[in-house]
Amino acid sequence: MHSRPNFLLAAFATTVIALTSTADSAFAQKKYDTGATDTEIKIGNIMPYSGPASAYGVIGKTEAAYFNKINAEGGINGRKINFITYDDGYSPPKAVEQARKLVESDEVLLVFNPLGTPSNSAIQKYLNGKKVPQLFVATGATKWNDPKDFPWTMGWQPSYQSEARIYAKYLMKEKPGAKIAVLFQNDDFGKDYLKGLKDGLGTKASMIVAEESYETSEPTIDNHIVKLKASGADVFLSITTPKFAAQAIKKLAEIEWKPLHIVSNVSASVGGVIKPAGFENAQGILSAAYAKDGADPQWDNDPGMKKFLAFLEKYDPDANKLDGSVVYGYGAAQTMVKVLQMCGDNLTRENVMKQAASLKGFAPDTLLPGVTINTSPTDFAPIDQLQMMRFKGEKWELFGDIISGELSN
Amino acid sequence: MSAVQEAVTDAPAVEAIPKRALTLGTGTSLVVLALLIAAPLFVKNFIIFQMTMLLVYGLAVLALNILTGGSGQFSLGQSAFYAVGAYTSAILMEHAGMNYALTLPIAGIICFAFGFLFGQPALRLSGVYLALATFALATAMPQLLKLGYFEHWTGGVQGLVVTKPDAPFGLPISQDMWLYYFTLVITIAIYIFSVNLLKSRSGRAFMAIRDNEIAASAMGIDVALYKTLAFGVSAGITGVAGGLGAIAVQFVAPDGYTITLAISLFLGMVVGGVGWLPGSIVGSAFIIFVPNIAEGISKGLSGAVFGVILFLVIFLVPHGARQVALVAQHLLGKLKKSQKT
Repeated sequence: MHSRPNFLLAAFATTVIALTSTADSAFAQKKYDTGATDTEIKIGNIMPYSGPASAYGVIGKTEAAYFNKINAEGGINGRKINFITYDDGYSPPKAVEQARKLVESDEVLLVFNPLGTPSNSAIQKYLNGKKVPQLFVATGATKWNDPKDFPWTMGWQPSYQSEARIYAKYLMKEKPGAKIAVLFQNDDFGKDYLKGLKDGLGTKASMIVAEESYETSEPTIDNHIVKLKASGADVFLSITTPKFAAQAIKKLAEIEWKPLHIVSNVSASVGGVIKPAGFENAQGILSAAYAKDGADPQWDNDPGMKKFLAFLEKYDPDANKLDGSVVYGYGAAQTMVKVLQMCGDNLTRENVMKQAASLKGFAPDTLLPGVTINTSPTDFAPIDQLQMMRFKGEKWELFGDIISGELSN
Repeated sequence: MSAVQEAVTDAPAVEAIPKRALTLGTGTSLVVLALLIAAPLFVKNFIIFQMTMLLVYGLAVLALNILTGGSGQFSLGQSAFYAVGAYTSAILMEHAGMNYALTLPIAGIICFAFGFLFGQPALRLSGVYLALATFALATAMPQLLKLGYFEHWTGGVQGLVVTKPDAPFGLPISQDMWLYYFTLVITIAIYIFSVNLLKSRSGRAFMAIRDNEIAASAMGIDVALYKTLAFGVSAGITGVAGGLGAIAVQFVAPDGYTITLAISLFLGMVVGGVGWLPGSIVGSAFIIFVPNIAEGISKGLSGAVFGVILFLVIFLVPHGARQVALVAQHLLGKLKKSQKT
């Protein structure tokens, strides 16, 4: 791969070396890589504005609005953000084309928050080869936390494995004799999650008494639920996407199976899952969260959420505050801005990665109180804390401490 | 407008001489070839990559053109053959450590067999029914690739990362440029093969079937054989395109080969001109660049802008690039005549 280095890159590297050697002597010299100047920082982004995952396009729009706000307030250390976002239609080949366009044609400093596990997998090797930061990717896969093999790629949200470990911790503490039945989606999401659960249970993995997987193409999952009930389990962990999570909640009520029911954070949406499944069927269900819910009145007087709502009003009036993607985009963009502020006048790609890997206790406005972003050169998983919550009445109620999903052993 | 109308009325007359209608004139071909060879020397690597993709999709459109333009069979399932080709190359390169160039003929042969076999049941269907059957193939393919049984090989949902080949013999050119010329050579070879195929006895048999199946069988053409053969050849070429695409993109995943790709290829064929092989590259350019242009005009309404552009193209030049070429030829002819007098 590296046997034939790109000439441009080589020339570029020489320039950087030349720059650094001269810069050492002068105090607080400004340093730039492609994409950064005295007046501007170019940030690239790839989103599925069209295609099967277009609902997530809202994230890109929110981020653009947030950077507009930053620019209107004077930018970052006097530099305006030029946010270039392209559509990949959730297609990996298109993502490669757009990533190359961003790096080679638009010459961005970094690629921020590209969405989707397949798209990010497709561009990871390219961006790492070019040494362009692939920062805060918008996917929950665990593989982004791999600083040794991919030092230019970093995740943002809690990984599926972290979340599953939190449930494992909770169960071992609260229900040590539990018999767990797991229903999981047969894809990267489901498998990642199941691995996290097993890792979290460690030697207690035998607590899992039944596993059933389903395909997204199956019309219903009723027969899986019936089988899981027959196993005699008293905990039901639903590693499902919204449609199937709602089906499971309904079916459980129908066959009068009342185990301790846990649904993954992916399907914790009140509007998208719980309401269609029926509030009466969902009482007492457990899940975990890391961000505040725009629909929840308990945050009405929260200073962070007030800032968030004021931003929506002024810069993104069409956005729906109930949409989790809006909350997500705001938090991710805020993290990006924080990293760029930390970079100061040293806007090289290397320094961007260095600063991104030294976030300590940073709390964006939309994260739950107590959940903070922490990274280090060996920890590329910015958020790995969540808080458990229980469904009561018509909303989630948080309980217990903030739990970290890091593997303790 | 009158010129366009003339061209349309001219079209059937040209169609009677398929040899001329299939290709460009020698002069024009050489100019296009020279452009394709010279262009990468002056542009950035990213543009070279786009040009490589242009050739790759051009090949896939060409394959569909042989099937639809040549033998008159519809297919919305080309993405399935493209996927099989891409995965064949990727798996052979990454798991068996095979040289990338050797994987392409294998991808082609596997896809030829796959297409030929699929052609067997498809024989009983025609027109929209055949289109639906192939559509089913295209929707099934991404899920088949995710199946647990093959996951060890296909990498499941995560896909496979492919290593991009370096230029051989220590040539001082970038990976992108090498891959472009490599693709160009294959494209030209397949183009010449396709033109000759359609000019040959088999090609005439394809076209006879397209024009009138009963008449064709009355003339002694084995309709079943030639229909499946057309499917096989088309699938084989698509497979090679898929393999090249996988090498250029350096990644294969089920989500890259959905029905959207099949429809794009179909669209490329129509825009390029059904049955006119040089149009394939124009059609390919359309499906690569027009979505980008549409996105540049409006991010939120990129789909709508793309739709409007497509509608205008189909409305103004229903025969696609072929019609534009004919008009241009016509005008040139007039110009020459007026110069002589």
